[in-house]
Amino acid sequence: MAGPQTMFDKIWQRHVIVERDDGQCLLYVDRHLSHDGSFHAFSALREAKLGVRRPGQTFATPDHYSPTDVRTIEAIENPELREKVETLAVNARDFDVTHFGIDDDRMGIVHVIGPELGITQPGILLVCGDSHTSTHGAMGALACGIGASEVAHVLATQTLWQKKPKTQRITVDGKLGFGVTGKDVILAIIGQISAAGGAGYAIEYAGPVIRDLSIEGRLTVSNMSIEAGARVGMIAPDDKTFEYLEGRPYAPKGAAWDKAVSYWRTLPTDDGAIFDREVKVDGGAIAPMVTWGNSPENVVQVTDAVPDPDAESNPERRESLRRAIDYMALTPGTPMTKVKVDRAFIGSCTNSRIEDLRQAAAVVKGRKAVIPAMVSPGSMQVKKVAEAEGLDKVFTDAGFEWRHSACSMCVGLNGDSVAAGERTASTSNRNFKGRQGPGSRTHLVSPVMAAAAAVTGTFTDVRRLMEEK
Amino acid sequence: MEAFTTLTACAVPIDMVNVDTDQIIPARFLKRVRSDPEYASFFFHDLRLDDAGAERPEFILNQEPYRGGSIIVADENWGCGSSREAAVWALMKNGFRCVIAPSFGDIHYNNGMKNGMLPVRLPKETCAKLRGELHAKPGAEITVDLESQKVTGPDGTVYSFDIDPFQKHCMLNGLDDIALTMQYDSNFAAFEERYKKEASWLFE
Repeated sequence: MAGPQTMFDKIWQRHVIVERDDGQCLLYVDRHLSHDGSFHAFSALREAKLGVRRPGQTFATPDHYSPTDVRTIEAIENPELREKVETLAVNARDFDVTHFGIDDDRMGIVHVIGPELGITQPGILLVCGDSHTSTHGAMGALACGIGASEVAHVLATQTLWQKKPKTQRITVDGKLGFGVTGKDVILAIIGQISAAGGAGYAIEYAGPVIRDLSIEGRLTVSNMSIEAGARVGMIAPDDKTFEYLEGRPYAPKGAAWDKAVSYWRTLPTDDGAIFDREVKVDGGAIAPMVTWGNSPENVVQVTDAVPDPDAESNPERRESLRRAIDYMALTPGTPMTKVKVDRAFIGSCTNSRIEDLRQAAAVVKGRKAVIPAMVSPGSMQVKKVAEAEGLDKVFTDAGFEWRHSACSMCVGLNGDSVAAGERTASTSNRNFKGRQGPGSRTHLVSPVMAAAAAVTGTFTDVRRLMEEK
Repeated sequence: MEAFTTLTACAVPIDMVNVDTDQIIPARFLKRVRSDPEYASFFFHDLRLDDAGAERPEFILNQEPYRGGSIIVADENWGCGSSREAAVWALMKNGFRCVIAPSFGDIHYNNGMKNGMLPVRLPKETCAKLRGELHAKPGAEITVDLESQKVTGPDGTVYSFDIDPFQKHCMLNGLDDIALTMQYDSNFAAFEERYKKEASWLFE
């Protein structure tokens, strides 16, 4: 093997079964995650009379359609939702894949439970029929979202055809300020490189800010790679990664663990490896962020104001900013801290892990929500840990709803949605028109910023609330 | 999948950047099956229709002669966001077989390729010029020839586009890639045997 290699190249190379002359590669899939939105792919298998080639390598959980107020299939009142959750259970049984059902303690959002159960490991190729599969890259895995046809292909063959993307390294230098989180880092990155800045690339996040982030913070960063257009967003595994994984149910044990770790230590990008694009971000300049429009690239610091479209020179961009400001019912020049919020949501595959809940609870403690607010932990395991620490009590004492785990209000499929015209401070990942329900107005923020909005009713610089304590 | 060879059809200019797949088909319709007789109506549902279900006349897909279009000429980052293949199915249920844009969401691009819905990348300026011509002459036709990798604009100008040879081959012949992959079964077996030793911890 000639020359220094990127982490991406090392993992890619290891999974190539066939490389055609035209550059298309048939890749071996180590782990496939499935959910209740994957019914099309299972139907395709049934129609084609195909089985699942390696059922032991697929794990399924009903995260998209499970309501957050019940824990059994029978208790789901809405027949359409019940049918989706039940269909996954039936497909899992018929095709013999591991299933963490709605009543299972290991159930949760697929991108939360993958790392949490140790299914996600460094160096593996992991796919899932969901664009936020980029999340798992934070563990040093090569992970990407795929469409329904590709899911059917993976189920039937345990492989995927791909052409190698270009590579992009985003180095976040410096040190994060007080009250600034992984969510703010990724929003700042998307603001800098745009919603298409990662299209066609596999991203690697690097630099001292990324190293200093907890595993939860890194998962948040990798999660939103797709919001920058990149299917893949990786972070080199280190001792923090290994400590996080050790002892988890599906992580290797004993001698196998030692063998795995010695391989994982070879994964980080070699000194001198060349990326197709290098981006530098000043971590010290990042503040708590808030999106104002209908693309995650429409983002400002909480201390800034709603931008003025007339300041945009490109006419198409100007028109797009105008449309977003109109949809979001904002006025150019209004300070973000003067924008009133109707609802707060803490949850989703982006920000629902234990650290997110701890940080948000610390802001909420001793205060009261002045608007409807709800927390949906990322998994039933996260919920259990949070309850053992009394975080549920902090939230419910403040007037928040404390729910079970699911994708919930991020995508509004399970009955948790935002009403038309309502403005949410949401820890989720997409502020697209109607994303949280028809006519909903979503502002993406970190968990502490969502907590601050809940207890003040406007976007509030959470650093001010944290200083008061 | 349906093969794609050549297509000459009315093209619709859509002048929006970052058209995400949530716009192309809102999430609440994802629970529906593709054979649903209402499927075509989910396409751009919330941009096409108002809260009362009436058509928004200002939205281009509600205007004549664009209702009969089979090609879309779009702007940057078409189909970004969610991996939902339903976005491609909704396009096809409405007769669209080709989207021309400067850039696409990577997953949406591949989803098109798996279904015979051809995504064509042309430079931003070319897309802007084509959209301008289509606005100037509503109902104007564009020809897309996959074999020769050429797009012919309303004014007769011919533009070449790049496409991965493997994806082109599959689309020209309407090939199902599961069957194609099965041809590599012996490579798979050899790979897996070796890999199970190298990464034994993944198989214990």
